[in-house]
Amino acid sequence: MTYEVRAGDIEHGGSVSARIKTDLIEAGVSPSVARRAGIVSFEAEMNLIVYSTAGGTIAVAVESEFIVIRVEDRGPGIEDIKLAMTPGYSTAPDWATDLGFGAGMGLFNMKRNADRFEIESRVGEGTRIACWIQKDDSAGRPLHKEAQ
Amino acid sequence: MKLQDVAKAIDGDILVGQDQLDLMVDRAFAADLLSDVLALTEERTALVTGMTNPQVMRVAEILNIIAVIFVRGKTPPDSLLEYARRLHIPVVTTRKTMFETCGLMYAGGARACRSKAVSDMGVDA
Repeated sequence: MTYEVRAGDIEHGGSVSARIKTDLIEAGVSPSVARRAGIVSFEAEMNLIVYSTAGGTIAVAVESEFIVIRVEDRGPGIEDIKLAMTPGYSTAPDWATDLGFGAGMGLFNMKRNADRFEIESRVGEGTRIACWIQKDDSAGRPLHKEAQ
Repeated sequence: MKLQDVAKAIDGDILVGQDQLDLMVDRAFAADLLSDVLALTEERTALVTGMTNPQVMRVAEILNIIAVIFVRGKTPPDSLLEYARRLHIPVVTTRKTMFETCGLMYAGGARACRSKAVSDMGVDA
């Protein structure tokens, strides 16, 4: 399933991710895995709303071993990915921080909740992110083990 | 502590969740910064916050938050309460500050949810 997210549409911020999480639960994904997928999607959704030039898409696929979340926008692109990944680094406008978002945790939190994370970005063209989340978390991953 | 004990301790009103008075609230995380709530909380925790925008409930939904406690006399809009009702996530409001609310809940037996400080997280972009 592919979901559209509009730039600047803070009023509905998080509603796409809430739907994605519900859909994953209905597809038989465990609540803790759906939670992680929801977090990844929520961070992506807020990034599209706050930073993208013209919105973007979040595509979710449930494969045999992984849930794959692919996020794409058409700009403005990230100049320094390493800097953007640093917790606390943010270029968010005041209207986002006033609502409690834009604290510079988004990309980092996406990576932390994914088993595999890829990002590529070109200034003037756009950003693409792909996250893989293991469907069976019983084997344990660092984050999952922490929670036990 | 149970939901009804939390409400009593903080002199709060249970706006959603009258049917869940016995729900155990033994872990909590308090913040207005939703970015931190998203990044730092672990499962089965209550959220103490002063933010009453619609995104709060969506964050709660995604994180499997068990109850939301609004502090400083903030009144969440009806649409938020309706959404909480649909999700079966209890909502409690109190006139007390976040600091007092946390102190009273801690005194009642609630503890910090499992979380990590940002400075303890490895960064290797």
